[in-house]
Amino acid sequence: MERPEGWADEAKLDETTRLDLYRKQSAIRQFEQRAYDLFLQNLVKGTSHLSLGQEAVAAGFGAAMRYDDFSFCTYRGHAHTLVRGASMTGLMAELLGRSNGILAGKGGSMHLTSTEHYAMGSYAIVGAHLPIAAGAAWAAQERGTGQVAVCFFGDGTTNIGAFHEAINLATVWKLPVVFVCENNLYMEYTPISSVTAVEHPAAQRAAAYGLEPLIVDGNDVDEVYGIATTYIERARAGEGPALIEAKTYRKGGHSRADPAKYRPPEEVESWLARDPIDLYRARLLELGFEAAVLDDIDAQVLVEVNRATEEAKAAPPPSKDLIYTDVWADGGSQWRN
Amino acid sequence: MAELTYRDAVAAGIAQEMRRDDNVYFIGEDVAAAGGVFKTTGGLLETFGPRRVRDTPISEEAIVGAVMGAAMAGLRPVGEVMFSDFFATCWDIVANQVAKTRYMTNGQVTLPLVLRSANGGGLRFGAQHSQAVENWAMAIPGLKVVAPSTPADVKGLLAASIRDDDPVVFLEAKSLYATKGEVPDDEHVEPLGRAVVHGDGDDVVLIALASMVPKALEAAQRLRVEHDIGCRVVDLRSLVPLDMSTILEAVGATGRVFTVEENPRLCGWGAEISSIVAEEAFYDLDGPIVRITTPHVPLPAAETLEDEAIPSVERIVDTVVKEQ
Ligand SMILES: Cc1ncc(C[n+]2csc(CCOP(=O)(O)OP(=O)(O)O)c2C)c(N)n1
Ligand SMILES: [Mg+2]
Repeated sequence: MERPEGWADEAKLDETTRLDLYRKQSAIRQFEQRAYDLFLQNLVKGTSHLSLGQEAVAAGFGAAMRYDDFSFCTYRGHAHTLVRGASMTGLMAELLGRSNGILAGKGGSMHLTSTEHYAMGSYAIVGAHLPIAAGAAWAAQERGTGQVAVCFFGDGTTNIGAFHEAINLATVWKLPVVFVCENNLYMEYTPISSVTAVEHPAAQRAAAYGLEPLIVDGNDVDEVYGIATTYIERARAGEGPALIEAKTYRKGGHSRADPAKYRPPEEVESWLARDPIDLYRARLLELGFEAAVLDDIDAQVLVEVNRATEEAKAAPPPSKDLIYTDVWADGGSQWRN
Repeated sequence: MAELTYRDAVAAGIAQEMRRDDNVYFIGEDVAAAGGVFKTTGGLLETFGPRRVRDTPISEEAIVGAVMGAAMAGLRPVGEVMFSDFFATCWDIVANQVAKTRYMTNGQVTLPLVLRSANGGGLRFGAQHSQAVENWAMAIPGLKVVAPSTPADVKGLLAASIRDDDPVVFLEAKSLYATKGEVPDDEHVEPLGRAVVHGDGDDVVLIALASMVPKALEAAQRLRVEHDIGCRVVDLRSLVPLDMSTILEAVGATGRVFTVEENPRLCGWGAEISSIVAEEAFYDLDGPIVRITTPHVPLPAAETLEDEAIPSVERIVDTVVKEQ
């Protein structure tokens, strides 16, 4: 599969964009590592699905989106919500089930949402959000707002009906939506290759919907940013949807404290050698960025993560009254008089 | 006032709201050019054009999902699911996405949308095109459930459902599509959550929904004339919100309660109402609460079988006479 014409030329990326891409990845990495520590300390209950190792996808697309483009993601959505500008304290506190959580504790790790930042939700039923993202794109098209919807999902999602229904509708209606498959080679514990008819689960399905087969190195943030910019702007210009497959890999397990023993060691090793943040740091140094500048970004992020952690830990649990709020638009939960 | 069929009142309700609000859109399978498989939406395409009235692929998840996404992003869409049995193909989007998202996001997301569908039996279609599924929808926190029994209510309640800022499952009784009634020509909106009481008999109350309302009314007439039993009939009109105060008032006035339900028996809406009545109005009751329902079977196709399975006027009359 050829790299198509017209991707943003990453050699031309300016310094600010590059540092932004670095900062976004650093923020995701440090936030997720902290979330993992807090899970091991039993402060994050329930579950949590991390994007460690997959930072470049969320960061590259996050940087390419207009502030008011809609984004939709999965239960593995801390990263995607963070890069839209949602408050780190609000996100951390949501993981901890505290009153200052971004959803006041009512959603939890798998449902992070910040509509104020056009992060339209994290969806925990595989595939469900693809048609919803298409719907948001449809509204944008009809209202002429110029917004694009960007929808992230995993490789496993390409085998559920909603994936096919949504992409077909998006093509038929020429909707401004970019579907992004983060192919991390595994569903929960089963390799995608063992249950899928084709090698590239998203890209090889694209042709069935009249779309280009697009594959990007999901561990190279410049490449991700390039393809993201190209296809988001194409969608904005009225040229319809795209389906992009980003090849990437989880550093750790699927969720919680999964040790991911089902992955062959050589495979793990070869992917860990291509850590997206290590790669990017090396590239920036080669391009002449000062190590001190990058260290400074990491340090600033650490301060932010520490503050978010402290603010979340210090907050009380949510008020029990919240059980009965916001079933309905009137704010309440009455179903009878 | 004009006499309209229940069927035509659907298009009248949608048209009224599309004229009033440019954000109202309508999509579904065969709904635009063909005017719907039950011919409920004819003329809308001609009046409002192909952008606002649009045919979709046979993709129920995409229809309901697109309606949800559009509602999040500024439209006030109406989606049609051709037969209510088909909700099973997109129940994730209805029950997990549409119903839960406002709550899970602590109110960040508002979903002003309507999912219309042809519900219930009476047309000899067999079990996969005939089930009355109002109890499915009623069981999900976060969905409003509306089911009109007259053409005027189709228009008025559909308009209110479209204006409502919450998701509404709007169930049209397909056995009533051909029935006729007076419908106001002018703007007509009926508030959700208000039941209507017919008659003032003080022996029994028949509580009914949608297709069961005309049967309950006919049974009430016969019970009065043939058996001197005075009935009042409560037309629920919506299950969520549920107008319990009207129900409890009718229970107080009569002392005998019969529910008339098209849904299969287990966990039908009458079970919930019975339990509330038992908890809150037990001492108003002069005898047991009796539920008249479709038995707990998938609906059979043949005329005689289907008619026997769904509560009939005879069954209502006989049950009331026997229990009274
Ligand atoms: C419809 C549905 N089936 C199963 C699950 C359970 N489940 C949660 S995550 C997951 C794996 C999804 O894999 P993929 O789409 O590749 O995403 P990844 O977790 O790798 O990011 C499964 C099976 C679910 N949430 N929804
Ligand atoms: Mg995966």
